[in-house]
Amino acid sequence: MNKLITITSSCIPLNIENVDTDQIIPARFLKATDKKGFGDNLFRDWRYDKKNEPVSDFPLNQTKYNGQILVAGKNFGSGSSREHAAWALAGFGFRVVISSFFADIFKNNALNNGILPIQVSEMFLHSLFLKINENPKIQLVVDLPAQTVCIQNESLCENFEINTYKKECLLHGLDDIDYLLKSKPEIEKFEMQYQNETEA
Amino acid sequence: MKTIFEKIWEKHVINQIPDGPEVLYIDRHLIHEVTSPQAFEGLRQRKISVFRPKQTTAPADHNVPTKGEVTDPLSKLQLETLENNCEEFDIQHFGLGHKNNGVVHIVGPELGLTLPGNTIVCGDSHTATHGAFGAIAFGIGTSEVEMVMASQCLLQNKPKTLRINVNGQLQKGITAKDMILYIIAKLGTGGGTGYFIEYAGDAIRNLSMEARMTICNMSIEMGSRGGLIAPDKKTFDYLKSKEYAPKGVDFDQKVSYWKTLKTDENAVFDKEYSFEAADIDCMITYGTNPGMGLKLSETIPTYANLDNEQDKLGLKKALDYMNFNESDSMINKEIDFVFIGSCTNGRIEDMRAAAEIVKGHKKANHVTAWIVPGSHKVRQQAESEGLIEIFNRADIEVRQPGCSACLAMNDDKVPEGKYCVSTSNRNFQGRQGPGSRTLLASPQVAAAAAVFGKIVNPNSI
Repeated sequence: MNKLITITSSCIPLNIENVDTDQIIPARFLKATDKKGFGDNLFRDWRYDKKNEPVSDFPLNQTKYNGQILVAGKNFGSGSSREHAAWALAGFGFRVVISSFFADIFKNNALNNGILPIQVSEMFLHSLFLKINENPKIQLVVDLPAQTVCIQNESLCENFEINTYKKECLLHGLDDIDYLLKSKPEIEKFEMQYQNETEA
Repeated sequence: MKTIFEKIWEKHVINQIPDGPEVLYIDRHLIHEVTSPQAFEGLRQRKISVFRPKQTTAPADHNVPTKGEVTDPLSKLQLETLENNCEEFDIQHFGLGHKNNGVVHIVGPELGLTLPGNTIVCGDSHTATHGAFGAIAFGIGTSEVEMVMASQCLLQNKPKTLRINVNGQLQKGITAKDMILYIIAKLGTGGGTGYFIEYAGDAIRNLSMEARMTICNMSIEMGSRGGLIAPDKKTFDYLKSKEYAPKGVDFDQKVSYWKTLKTDENAVFDKEYSFEAADIDCMITYGTNPGMGLKLSETIPTYANLDNEQDKLGLKKALDYMNFNESDSMINKEIDFVFIGSCTNGRIEDMRAAAEIVKGHKKANHVTAWIVPGSHKVRQQAESEGLIEIFNRADIEVRQPGCSACLAMNDDKVPEGKYCVSTSNRNFQGRQGPGSRTLLASPQVAAAAAVFGKIVNPNSI
């Protein structure tokens, strides 16, 4: 997994609430057996029209917006458990998603792919959308060790929560499987005791 | 004083990482062709095997044809990849044509792979279905599928607890699907995020196992990764004699353990909601998320009734997509497609309910109707009860099992702009095919729509 420590980047705004994983990556694109190429179909049916032409006013198609940070409306990533949604965001080049509320499964999937979901207050999110609208080139500074997200050269800043374990994983590029494989002896010991208890 | 959720969870915790997640042991792992190939590839890259292959079962379901052979080369590759991976890693595989094949969340319970007190996971958000048996069951991503394969464990943060009580008795003709659509309409699509639900109360207790599965199935549509119902005699009777359930003395011993799986009287939940069953009526959705539902007797909300700008924008976006107007009634709206199936409503009781409405009628000429039983076993049972004949006489096509038009990964797609009354679980934009318009409802409402070609209340036919 790729490490993530600090990121300074412009952002792409997606001021829509309840963005579900079927919009992030529609089911018809889930047929691959590897993790490659999903970025091409990120937000497919919002990004392209019926003739496969780019929809000019969709933020991902607007040249004034770019960067590694997606700023999205409340309840981002609801619906299906498809990790393809995280692969699509990563494939497109996003490392951070900022929203005021995330769906649980999406949040785990993002973290397991080196994408940092940052939950901010409604007020901060609202200000961010306004600022980006005023100046699409504003730079956000995400500092994972300090757990802060700030607009560069401005006083607008917010702290965010992340549990210590997941923070360490991102800072060092480690994943859960590395940890679990080291726990095998404990797992085997647990199995023996557990079987005795539930068979009784 | 503990909740049933806490009792089961604690029994499966191996240890806790300081200020981090817990190591949770998983009893049963279900996999399918769409969310597993990258996990198997991960194991190969790490040069490790599946730790407990006997605890994993693999039905092919998401990307299978419900008619004829697999023709799409990508789908074919995905199905073959599952078969080959199962062979390489020694996992039980129920491929196309296998007697136990079907939708993963239909197959688990009907084979007795789903048991009370278990932790059950699958790379699919509707894994919550298995909670109907008093199990902790939830959907996971592909990285987590790989974790379970590698160690039979997951690193998880313990969710908060939420109890939803449905008290009293449902009115005649009102179903579990109406109940869960009603609850989701009340709580919204994020109302349960961060929580694990226990459904309780007389109206829940009175439901059959099939109906309980419909309830738990849609927990994720409120944002909850899972929802469960304490097991009781109905649960034990359902499981007795199922192919993989314990047998004889073993079964009796298990039952005495399973009987301890209930919430203590004074246990405290982080959040609790109560509803009166008598308030619930026939439901349908009008918008583009499962929280946008209403009673058939109600009308679509008006903008003026919403106080927040974002909600108004959300309603406008949904109504533009659906081509509906504020304050419209859903009754008498013309529809084009009907889909009866999925892990939400693809079980034998759903087939019976639809057949009862359809019996003696023909489907409306302009409607395309698909009935997709949830498994081969459901299809066989429907056949032996004469239900398939009833559907055939109504000119309604009964397909082979699979996820089908619920997510339209295969050819079962609703065309752009067309309306489909669907017994599935999601009405997201394009869910049933690009540009498709989905109205979620019970099998009864869907069957009545097939016959009349428009939305009618099945209880007033």
